[in-house]
Amino acid sequence: MSAVAETPVAAVADARKAGDWLLIATAILLGVWVLLPIYLLIVNALSSPDQVTAFPKRFFPSFDLGSLSFFINFAGVARALWNSVLVATLTMILAICFGAPAGYALSRFDFPGKGSFRFLVLMTRAFPLPLLALPLAVMFIRTGLDDTAIGLALVHTTLALPFAVLITFSLFSGIPVELEEAAWTLGCTRWQAFRKVILPLALPGIAASAVFAFTISWNEVFAAAVLTIENRTLTAFLLQSLGESPLYLKFAGGAALVVPALIFIFAVRKYLFAMWGIAYR
Amino acid sequence: MAEIAIKGIAKRFGGFTALHQVDLTISDQEFMVLLGASGCGKTTLLRIVAGLERPSQGEVWIGGRRVDHLPPRERGIAMVFQNYAVFPHLTVFENIAFGLRMKKLPQQEVERRVNRTAELMHIEQLLKRYSGQLSGGQRQRVAVARALAMEPDVILMDEPLSNLDALLRLEMRAELKGVLAASKTTTIYVTHDQVEAMSLADRIAVMHQGRIVQAASPVEVYRNPAARFVGSFIGNPPMNFIPATKAANDSWTVAGLTLPGPRSDKQKLEFAIRPEDVDAGGEGLHATVRVVEPLGPHTLVTCDVAGGLFRAILDSNASVQVGDDLRLAPKPDRIRWFDPETANAL
Repeated sequence: MSAVAETPVAAVADARKAGDWLLIATAILLGVWVLLPIYLLIVNALSSPDQVTAFPKRFFPSFDLGSLSFFINFAGVARALWNSVLVATLTMILAICFGAPAGYALSRFDFPGKGSFRFLVLMTRAFPLPLLALPLAVMFIRTGLDDTAIGLALVHTTLALPFAVLITFSLFSGIPVELEEAAWTLGCTRWQAFRKVILPLALPGIAASAVFAFTISWNEVFAAAVLTIENRTLTAFLLQSLGESPLYLKFAGGAALVVPALIFIFAVRKYLFAMWGIAYR
Repeated sequence: MAEIAIKGIAKRFGGFTALHQVDLTISDQEFMVLLGASGCGKTTLLRIVAGLERPSQGEVWIGGRRVDHLPPRERGIAMVFQNYAVFPHLTVFENIAFGLRMKKLPQQEVERRVNRTAELMHIEQLLKRYSGQLSGGQRQRVAVARALAMEPDVILMDEPLSNLDALLRLEMRAELKGVLAASKTTTIYVTHDQVEAMSLADRIAVMHQGRIVQAASPVEVYRNPAARFVGSFIGNPPMNFIPATKAANDSWTVAGLTLPGPRSDKQKLEFAIRPEDVDAGGEGLHATVRVVEPLGPHTLVTCDVAGGLFRAILDSNASVQVGDDLRLAPKPDRIRWFDPETANAL
């Protein structure tokens, strides 16, 4: 009797256990898939040039800062770094200035074409940049925007804007409209209510959305390579100059690009989940 | 002094008409309750008075001033919301002071008013806390204090007690009544809870499908419903209705019983009586008992009268069994008659 009763229970437990193992194994596999290249990049960036080319490969860095310091002092790197920061900052400001009002409007107002507007915002991501690069380059040269920080920032803003709109939309939707209405009845204009009630509540999320826009611009290489010549950003500069550089310099350059972006994304991760409607509290 | 006059207000959302030509005058310092089932337009009407919603047509006057084109901040109103709407990033003190700071009152006056209203609502010990550290009842107190601190001409309340649990609701109800009477403001209070409405109101405006069916004192609304809907909506259990046919010029046959009634050209009327306004015994309606519910102070008896459901509230001493045949005599001065076509009282 007891044996009969136990068997199905044990089978269910086995199946559940197997499911758990599958989940854990998949998580480990995906984690390794993402983390291993980054780890190797950092190990090699922190090793001396000889160790990088030597065989067998090392799995622990020797914390030799030789290649990194050579890379930092490499002619043009400082300038490119400055250009990257400048373009990314401009992108961040533009994306928030245009994205946050759009997100607010989407969450607070009902207007004709609201659904198609949301769809179109996403559709901007459907145009492959290489397709647009040539006409854009021609137009930029005609208007004198080529090879300028603001010109490149405009292109990067186009890339970052859909995310800025969607993140701020979910952010403003999470703030009850009654808070705003209460502020209106207590003597606020629409703008004052936004500044005194909505903005303080949304600020952390807006900051996160700004950091994300910054990261998009920081990581973007195609438009940067096509639209700039003298004022290259770090990505475009590395693409151009590291192609012919020794291996250890490539690793150092790669690390210099990847690590800041990773730190930024890590800092704002919970707001990125919010964009896709996943609860994070 | 703030009399509120609502003149011919209508509101349409696309093809749906939420309010049809509503007229209502609320005198200074009056406590007016808008009562109705959900979707009857009561909240929409309140939001139109507040300025949070624009009427499709009609006028709103507050204190002799036409306000329907003004934003909420210029109407001299304060509002208490159903979900409290306490600002989560400000302390209780700053929440109550919010409107006063917008008015740019001197700090001394702000402190005086915050402390006074906090004391009135018994939240003086919570002034340094944030909304996240408060219970629902405490948040509601903050919301009311914030409205009172404005010393407005008019306070608008949108189901302020509906998110509280039953015991707390009872306590807050009595407290609100005292505080608002002392503050001498004109109040419009929206609720779907008829007990709340009866206990708080100077006058109740019963709303149904975007219209005010009756606006009168609680006792008047209860005793003399202006329409069949009011009788069937107010009262627990609600009024009983039985079809009546003409017997003579001023008498009517109700379930076999002939009763004196109004003179009318109609052949059919509807007889109505409250469950507590019948006496068992004597000359009355033939009723077969279906369910007996002893409730303590009295006994609720559900019977079958002329094929329809009829509820009677009898003395708890009455020994009534299921299946008994009763004679229920309606008190003559409590009988009401309705026109079955217009559903209005005669």
